Amino acid sequence: MSTDVRQKFFAVDPERAQLLSALWQHQFQDRYISRQVIRHLADKYQLSEIEIEGVVSFYHFFHLKPAGKHTIYLNNSIIAELKGFDRIRETFERETGARLGFTDPSGTFGLFATPCIGLSDQEPAALIDFYPFTNLNALKVKDIINRLKEGKSAAEICDVPQENIRYTPANNRTIFFAPYTRGEAIARLATLKQDGVLEQLRRSELSGRGGAFFPTWKKWDTCRNYTASHKFIICNADEGEPGTFKDRVLLSNQPGSVLEGMIIAAYTVGASYGIIYLRGEYRWLVGKLQEEIEAFHAQDLLGKSIAGIEGFDFDIRLELGAGAYVCGEETALLESLEGKRGEPRTKWFYPVEKGYLQLPTVVNNVETFAAVSRILQLGVDDYLKRGIPGSPGTKLISISGDCERPGIYEIEWGLTIAELLELCGAKDPYFIQVSGPSGEPISIKEKFRRISMLDLKDQKDIRCGGSFMIFNSQRDIVHILMNFSEFFKHESCGVCTPCRAGNFIIQRKLERLQNGLADMNDLKELKSWGTLMKTTSRCGLGKTATNSIIQSLERFDDYFSGRFAKTDNSIIRKFNHQLAVADYERYKP
Amino acid sequence: MATCSFWIDGKKYEAEEGTNLIDAAKENGVFIPSLCYFQHIDPPLGTCRTCTCKINGRNDPACTAYIHEGLQVEVNTPELVDMRKALIEMMFAEGNHFCPACEKSGNCNLQHMGYELGISVTRFPHLFKDRLIDYQPKRMIMEHNRCIKCKRCIEEVLTDDKKRVFMSVNRGNETMIGIDYEQEARLTDEQAVNAMNMCPTGAIIVRGKSMAKPFGERAFDMVSAQKQFKRNVLEKPNRGNFEKKTIATVSLAGCFGCHMSMLDIDEEIMDIAELVSFNKSPLTDIKNFTQRCHLGIVEGGCCNTENIETLKKFREMCDILVVMGECAVWGGLPAMRNTIPLGECLEEAYLNCVTSEQGENTVPYHEDLPKILDRIYSCNEIVKVDYMIPGCPPTATHIWKVVKSLLWGEDYSLLYSEFKYD
Repeated sequence: MSTDVRQKFFAVDPERAQLLSALWQHQFQDRYISRQVIRHLADKYQLSEIEIEGVVSFYHFFHLKPAGKHTIYLNNSIIAELKGFDRIRETFERETGARLGFTDPSGTFGLFATPCIGLSDQEPAALIDFYPFTNLNALKVKDIINRLKEGKSAAEICDVPQENIRYTPANNRTIFFAPYTRGEAIARLATLKQDGVLEQLRRSELSGRGGAFFPTWKKWDTCRNYTASHKFIICNADEGEPGTFKDRVLLSNQPGSVLEGMIIAAYTVGASYGIIYLRGEYRWLVGKLQEEIEAFHAQDLLGKSIAGIEGFDFDIRLELGAGAYVCGEETALLESLEGKRGEPRTKWFYPVEKGYLQLPTVVNNVETFAAVSRILQLGVDDYLKRGIPGSPGTKLISISGDCERPGIYEIEWGLTIAELLELCGAKDPYFIQVSGPSGEPISIKEKFRRISMLDLKDQKDIRCGGSFMIFNSQRDIVHILMNFSEFFKHESCGVCTPCRAGNFIIQRKLERLQNGLADMNDLKELKSWGTLMKTTSRCGLGKTATNSIIQSLERFDDYFSGRFAKTDNSIIRKFNHQLAVADYERYKP
Repeated sequence: MATCSFWIDGKKYEAEEGTNLIDAAKENGVFIPSLCYFQHIDPPLGTCRTCTCKINGRNDPACTAYIHEGLQVEVNTPELVDMRKALIEMMFAEGNHFCPACEKSGNCNLQHMGYELGISVTRFPHLFKDRLIDYQPKRMIMEHNRCIKCKRCIEEVLTDDKKRVFMSVNRGNETMIGIDYEQEARLTDEQAVNAMNMCPTGAIIVRGKSMAKPFGERAFDMVSAQKQFKRNVLEKPNRGNFEKKTIATVSLAGCFGCHMSMLDIDEEIMDIAELVSFNKSPLTDIKNFTQRCHLGIVEGGCCNTENIETLKKFREMCDILVVMGECAVWGGLPAMRNTIPLGECLEEAYLNCVTSEQGENTVPYHEDLPKILDRIYSCNEIVKVDYMIPGCPPTATHIWKVVKSLLWGEDYSLLYSEFKYD
């Protein structure tokens, strides 16, 4: 198909929607967004300069100051910290001459920290000019920097991240990694029709795999019932939850099944246009995805009259995020796609009614789309043979931390935590963070709980959005919580008070814990303030940011009660005198 | 539009369908605190979350809810009241709000909400983050210390050709409202003053216009949004035989203003002299405690090691410890230095100061001198404080009412005007 025809699909995009792409281009070209560029873009879109600056400063991959000819991003997630973030940081600082957060004096290297880059199974890892470098050690870092200094490009010397698919259900019961033929699921559309697809999904009980677990068929059915000039299918590939990397592996290993899921969605709801919102950290996957899109076009699985179905026109394009965890929230993602700051919308309407450009939009996770195409390919009856009653199918789980075999585990729903820990070779697990920092911490005492979607019905099972971070008994819980808190403080979009100020306040409180100044009263306050954030924040980020703190306090009583005084009834409060006068003591003659 | 029935705290009200809940409640005489809500901004901003209520069983801000038939709202349950109070407290802890030094005092929605919700101290630690004061715009000053990021100005202040003058920049705890210098210069004088007036705090200041209204004539000077705000005046109690009590007072890192205020009781001091005697106090010039006291009154926070020592002594020697004034409660004006590292303060004051004499510029340090702390600490951070009297300064009647109540268990009434200090 000619480019002209292809562009027609996207003609509905307003100019402003291209702002992020334009900024990416300048960031790559100049290594920062200069004043002139801001002025130029402001003129182009008829906006004031501050509005452009507001967008630039929201995304941490856009820099207002030069970020070095080679821009290096180190992952500072808790998993990276366990695996030696500090040592790697020091080596980078020594070899490049740049301090973390700055460039070296010559402007050759810029060294920055960024939250999880989706390579938790091969940490320590870094992105250099957005190409992945994994399993770093001091020697390797030295070698990388030397070769960059010699004039090699990061693209030439980068690593190919391993997929580490460690486990799939035995006896060919895998769903996501079964042999895949392009168009096999789409071929079934002609006979199934829209109602048939929805019926299959309803029976499969497939629900949102991003972690919200909203029934997929319901979402699609609602969207289908709205009439509008355009409808959109958006694939949420902004996998920002630290410790999660299942979508990365799916996009890399099975990109076709994801695209096919989007096409099925488009057919079902009557959409003409799809976007994959890929997180900036996965920029190195762009080539592969573009190739796959081309291959779909070549087989008439994208474009006009797809698979010979008259009137079914659909095309997909890629959009790159620029480093903002909150853009994984669907309404923030939509704002970002429209070229704005990724601030979640107030919940007037769900995206199925008013989404991208205020038009009906289906936003689903990568894994959900992949599952859809597999359900159609296998047929729902076959699909239902996996898993347990009430929670059929399989789930991809990213495992990282203190275990022998970190990687991707495709488990059938219903597996127990103990079995999973056994599979990945976790020795002495103690604290297990399920579904990332916004999820819940599990004590090893609860290892007989099943992993399933039945979580809400009875508290015995646990739902999992896609990650298990395992910590052994040598790890300090307060240290883990501090890392999470720093993450949320930085990643809050800053719109609502409880999340913006709350995360900052919570961190101060945790500092007290770390410095040994806290007693049980502080723990009580921590819990009550966390609950306040949970009940009053605007979006999921603020509502879940203190989950791990609140639940750790409940579940790790042995840890906390051993470390902190019961209650401080003394009339003199704990106070670190030495620390308070340390600044002044420097002026001692 | 049809008229609908809706319920607030179990009571039935009526309003037109589609009315914003905050407005509908107000029309019906129910007070829901709010800050970022502005009737004509649609959709509402929903940024400050101060109006959080329980709406049809869910915690949601009232400003994003509309009246429909059968709407069930809980407004004044103890949890919700406390939650809303906490959110306002959070704003005070997040920004650097020094009301006595603010042009907007008395016209400030945030301060007003503080009074309305009866906040005397925030439960959260003050963050004291160093924030910019931007003097670069032509007509305005952006005081980022005071901004609560409600986004009113972003939505409302536009140039004639509809370009924004304000926009959020950065993210997370670094978020602030940026101002476009070029567009700001294109605003008319009237538009600029409007921008200042719509700001719920004193974050947007227009040069030469900020003090236009004298104190006493400002929006919230003596008015409460709630009809019966602690106006019930109690009858004077019948005093029986009094046991004479001893009081000690001290001023730490304060200005002695609270002590001066205490003396404003004028001739009544003769009565008081019969009821109490003063031990260690600047009023008696007794330097050291000679006995254990019933009540200790402390003004000012702790800025050096001597303050800490004195405060601890007070705690040990007094049965009840009361701190009075903003400085003692959370740091007050001296805490303005909390956003700046101590080293910078000292060097500015003693080394790089233009008025210091040649060769005389050293930072004072001697074993006899108290050591300066890295920041101002509120009394509560050092010792357990029993009661706090906010205000800058609290009025004489207020202070004495508290003292009388504590020493002899007398009930007392506090007039709205008595705890307004601006």
